Amino acid sequence: MRLALDNVTVSYQRHPAVHHVSGGFAMGEATAIFGPNGAGKSTLLKAMVGALKPDQGKVTMEGMSRKDIAYLPQQSEIDRSLPVTVLELVATGLWHQSGPFGKLGRPGMGRALDALEQVGLADFAPRTIAALSSGQFQRVLFARILLQDARVILLDEPFNAMDAKTTHDLLQLVKRWQQEGRTVIAVLHDEEQVRQYFPHTLLLAREVVAWGDTRNVLTVDKLRRAVETAAHWQARAPICQTEGVEA
Amino acid sequence: MQHLYELLVSPFVDFAFMRRALVGCLALALGSGPIGLFLVMRRMSLMGDAMSHAVLPGAAVGFMLAGLSLPAMSLGGFFAGVLVAALSGLATRYAGVKEDASFAGFYLLSLSIGVLLVSRSGNNVDLMHILFGSVLAVDDAALLLVAIVATITLVALSVIYRPLLLESLDPVFLRSVGARGGIWHMAFLMLVVLNLVAGFQALGTLMAVGLMMLPAITARLWSDSVEGMLAVAVGVAFASGLGGLLLSYHFELPSGPAIILLAGLVYIVSLLFAPVGGALPRYIRARHLES
Repeated sequence: MRLALDNVTVSYQRHPAVHHVSGGFAMGEATAIFGPNGAGKSTLLKAMVGALKPDQGKVTMEGMSRKDIAYLPQQSEIDRSLPVTVLELVATGLWHQSGPFGKLGRPGMGRALDALEQVGLADFAPRTIAALSSGQFQRVLFARILLQDARVILLDEPFNAMDAKTTHDLLQLVKRWQQEGRTVIAVLHDEEQVRQYFPHTLLLAREVVAWGDTRNVLTVDKLRRAVETAAHWQARAPICQTEGVEA
Repeated sequence: MQHLYELLVSPFVDFAFMRRALVGCLALALGSGPIGLFLVMRRMSLMGDAMSHAVLPGAAVGFMLAGLSLPAMSLGGFFAGVLVAALSGLATRYAGVKEDASFAGFYLLSLSIGVLLVSRSGNNVDLMHILFGSVLAVDDAALLLVAIVATITLVALSVIYRPLLLESLDPVFLRSVGARGGIWHMAFLMLVVLNLVAGFQALGTLMAVGLMMLPAITARLWSDSVEGMLAVAVGVAFASGLGGLLLSYHFELPSGPAIILLAGLVYIVSLLFAPVGGALPRYIRARHLES
């Protein structure tokens, strides 16, 4: 099983959000995608799940299919005004079993309820998603990931605006996934979390600044370089001459 | 009692055209209510209005080719509506225009072509008929069309319900599981067009959208579950149809506007009193629960 990026470039109005990103993720381990605001972290994750099409390059998945990937979007991507219950949202994690038309049935709903139980929100199953706090809603999204039972888990800023207890509980799930041999790739902003829970780091600032062992990646020099690179933007930038970068 | 019978029941017992109109309203409510609800949930409330204008040139071409022929005008309207939906979708996908803006652009273009065509080939009475319809003049063929469209709508919506809802709720997740949201969106827009076409014989292109949107917007004020909203939307649409027909019969009012006016009044009353979203229940502080 292999998940790799081959010269991936995604741009908005010709300005790259990420460009020429190449490299392979450590399978069965946890990698943080770390970098300043505007570094292209979430864009890269969206390209990996197929929600954005790269302008150039490709995301390679070997020995796995869509079923093996679970994705946690940012909360702002979800329309919480819709009259959907907590249980119904979690049950969307069974998409690969049910497909667009199949029946979820009692066993499926039972599994969804089990997943909610694991994040401590079983009592919230019949409530509408609009009634939840952002911390509770994040637990619900984690319950959906549990239900997906995927080998590769992609998390987009999973602990943003979470209180200490929620962050701690959800980090325990991340730890459990690692122990189970699943690959976890998370976009993060908290350096301490990365150091403590993620043995590998991709330091991104539109391009790869460093990628590898977290201790070697999160150095003062490299972090400074990331900030400087991400802050650099020109309205009339010259055309990029880079054809590709070796992994 | 006898008075109530004469007021509410006897118009339908005595006149076949009233019975046909009532059945037509029931079929329209069953199809348009749920479609309107999905439009509201997808924050596309004004899209129905845009699409109702978009079908006009197709109906006009049908009229030019075959006169006041239901099949010709319906087919024309359907193709014009789908064309506008497809062009707007393509513009959104391949050019830098948001969906609501591209719809606005194409429906206005479509509307202007429609009005030009009607004014070149018909008279004002024809234009009024296309724009405002007449539910009291619904014949068997029109009734059959409305019933078929309602059936197609209910079956299709029940089939595409889950992906359609998920496409509104969490589009990035839907793409992450490899599903293509655009197909469901397009299928849904075709259902919107179908229902508008079904409604325009009875209510006219301008009023058909009223029976689609007003009950749906009202439903959101009464319930916070999809099932509850569907029931309210269909119920309000049918009740407005029934009440509007009676108003039209007893006071000699044009039926289409009477139906939509009633739906509008239900909306206004709901804005004030409906338990979920109404203004007054929000201000009356009920005692809160323990948790």
